[in-house]
Amino acid sequence: MTSASPPTQGSIPVRPVTVVRATGPGGAQPPQKLPTAGMIRTLGLVSAICGVIIVAAYQSTYDAVAANKRIATERAVFKVIPAASSIAEYLALPSGEVALKVGAGETAASAGIRFFAAYDAHGQLAGVAAEGAAKGYADTVRIMFGYSPACQCVVGIGVVAMRETPGIGDKIITDREFLANFNALDVKLNAELSALANEVKAVKHGAKTQAWQIDAIAGATITSRAVGKAINDAAQALLPRLVPRLDALQQRSKS
Amino acid sequence: MTQPLIEIRSAPHVKAAKSVETIMRHVVYSLLPICAFYIFQYGISALASILVVTAACLLTERTLISTGTQAGRLSDFSAVITGLLLALTLPPGFPLWMGAVAGIVAIALGKALFGGIGFNVFNPALVGRAFVQAAFPTAIASYTPSFLAGRFTEFIPSSLALPLMMPATAADWLKAKNLDALAGATPLAKWKFDGVMANADELLTSLSGNMAVGPAPALILLCGAYLALRRFMDWRIPVAILGSAALTAWVLFAIDATRYPNPFFMLFSGGLILGAVYMATDMATSPVTPKGMWVYGALIGLLTVVIRYYSGLPEGVMYAILIANAASPLIEKVTQPTPFGRGAGIGRKRASYPLNPGYISREEASAVTPKKRFLHRKPKK
Amino acid sequence: MNATVDIWDEFTEGIWRQNPVFVMVLGLCPMLAVTVSAVNALTMGLATLFVLVCSSGLVSMMRKLVPKEVRIATYIVIIATFVTVVDYIIQAVSLALYEALGAFIQLIVVNCIILGRAEAHASKNPPIPAMINAVGMSIGFVIGLFALGSVREILGAGTLFGVSLFGSNFQPWVIMVLPPGGFFVLGGWLLFFSWWARRKQRTQAGRTGEGTQHA
Repeated sequence: MTSASPPTQGSIPVRPVTVVRATGPGGAQPPQKLPTAGMIRTLGLVSAICGVIIVAAYQSTYDAVAANKRIATERAVFKVIPAASSIAEYLALPSGEVALKVGAGETAASAGIRFFAAYDAHGQLAGVAAEGAAKGYADTVRIMFGYSPACQCVVGIGVVAMRETPGIGDKIITDREFLANFNALDVKLNAELSALANEVKAVKHGAKTQAWQIDAIAGATITSRAVGKAINDAAQALLPRLVPRLDALQQRSKS
Repeated sequence: MTQPLIEIRSAPHVKAAKSVETIMRHVVYSLLPICAFYIFQYGISALASILVVTAACLLTERTLISTGTQAGRLSDFSAVITGLLLALTLPPGFPLWMGAVAGIVAIALGKALFGGIGFNVFNPALVGRAFVQAAFPTAIASYTPSFLAGRFTEFIPSSLALPLMMPATAADWLKAKNLDALAGATPLAKWKFDGVMANADELLTSLSGNMAVGPAPALILLCGAYLALRRFMDWRIPVAILGSAALTAWVLFAIDATRYPNPFFMLFSGGLILGAVYMATDMATSPVTPKGMWVYGALIGLLTVVIRYYSGLPEGVMYAILIANAASPLIEKVTQPTPFGRGAGIGRKRASYPLNPGYISREEASAVTPKKRFLHRKPKK
Repeated sequence: MNATVDIWDEFTEGIWRQNPVFVMVLGLCPMLAVTVSAVNALTMGLATLFVLVCSSGLVSMMRKLVPKEVRIATYIVIIATFVTVVDYIIQAVSLALYEALGAFIQLIVVNCIILGRAEAHASKNPPIPAMINAVGMSIGFVIGLFALGSVREILGAGTLFGVSLFGSNFQPWVIMVLPPGGFFVLGGWLLFFSWWARRKQRTQAGRTGEGTQHA
């Protein structure tokens, strides 16, 4: 071990380093004293300052952020139900109840399906809006669709979030021919009110024959299908709970 | 001028008078009949497309050579090949300005960036096509039927789109010609999205009218055979590609004949033949070892069929070749032939590259690796 | 006199000589990801400016207090604080913008320009020069982001700040708003700047060469 042959010489300067490394993090031991108290003081001070800054920023922007979020939701709902002038957020619970959602709490969100009841200027129910999502070409396509109880059909869609290929998949927002599908897309329930009478489905471009079919965009079939599936899944889940309770929603509840 | 009696130099000892320029010139010759037939199929639009794309390639090459960023000469014909091949892979009614963009990108990004001829990693024509496919996905998918009446006097309207402007859709133009819009879909797109399969003889010769196909596969095979016979191209790569594509397609066809089309359709639709004969065989981007060529070709064939079946795209030749291009240095490395004399006796040892002291930096050279020291000491203890 | 020169030097360092995007090639991740449009690029740049200036100021003020063992932890806490503040502010200003920038606002925390400045500059200089240097650096970053974002928006959508430049018939280059477009445009700008720098060098060398000949 001690016989210093040429190859081992190279390792000699390494050894003291390893010694320091072994005892260094162990604590405030020699060879050097770590300023533990200083470290704690500094970190505490920095954390305190930063905490104050963050709380101040949160408090001062809270109202604006909440207002922004509300406006964004309202705008999305108004887009799919043009007659609407105010909205109320509801939860459709598994028991069949429809509960007005109060505050920003997410407690009941686990089982209930969120939807928005939109009222016109006279406080009459103009329609119901809900979100649906399905896997598109690149990522999940999240859409908002408007349901009109009068005709039992979907009267408009808007995109909440998507990452589809620009110029192809994102035509679902702009393609007028495609959007015409949602002027009156049939989502009638069956006689028992347990599911849709006809499954909403996107069909090949130019092959739409029924009121519950969606004429896909040529070249963007996958995204079109995702829109169809999103509407279908959401409507299948929501409408059987919602339709029997529609009477309760007719008037805007004063709360 | 005194001729030396003995010339001493290192390998390779090339005997034939085959320069880069000769090879490239012959490839261009063999491409000319294909281009001629393509123009016969699609008329004046195809001619304009070929001319504009090739001119864009040549101009870019010239500019980049004169600025000294790229090796090579304009007269070595390689840019002409890139231009012709690129034009043949684009739809005939592809807007001319987009064709020019494709040509510029092909040379600048596919070739000059790596240092010019012989240094490129990817096939330049396919780099250009991949760029425009990603940039203009709608335009590159809109084919028009071949052998339309009046094709020699009238441009396909999308060809003449103004620079940066959207091309006119072919649907109205076709309607005016009493053809339905589906006639503009390629056989592969028809199969993929509509489940319609084209007939074999139609595919092979591309002679039947009103079908949106690329250049004729039979003619390409013929021209490729000329190149292979003259030894301007290695026959192994196309054979490996077509063989592996046919085998994969055949296995799938045997598993479920209703879901998958027959191998013949796989081989002769789309750009597989053109890709196998002219694109994959690009010398700079394919392996040089014979075994490597088989591996490389098999990879392309397999990937093509897989992409065609299981992806959102109807055609997969381009990406298959680009992926195999990227893999070809690796393929070359693992398929090194055994040097003569180092054969069976010692076991199959590949040519290895011992660590040259010159590669080691000074600190590293003086450092002692733990492993070495460990081995050095152990016998002593 | 000398002090003003120094201050000016601190300020211009980040804008040109040590431009974080084109010279140091730092902070590429947010740069390639958010520069789909000029507005996104500018917002990202301004958010980074705020974080960089504030954190440089605070780091510089506390530079004598911080033991070197915990300096990185301290810097990160400070930076993360200001990133959180920016996060709230952007949410309050525009939710659409917030969604467009996505996770990249939060990821400013790990932007190496900011930690790099804190470590290399702010921790060694008094607050005023540190903040001036930070402003210069951020302006350099904003310029870089804007150069990328404007080209990508013009080619990818035919608009600049949402204003249509070529009319409704423009053919968008889809690739430009996809991730590869970011690399292409960045490569193009780097090529342009290195070509320019080399040309400038050559003309300068030519001029001095002439000078020695005459002398």
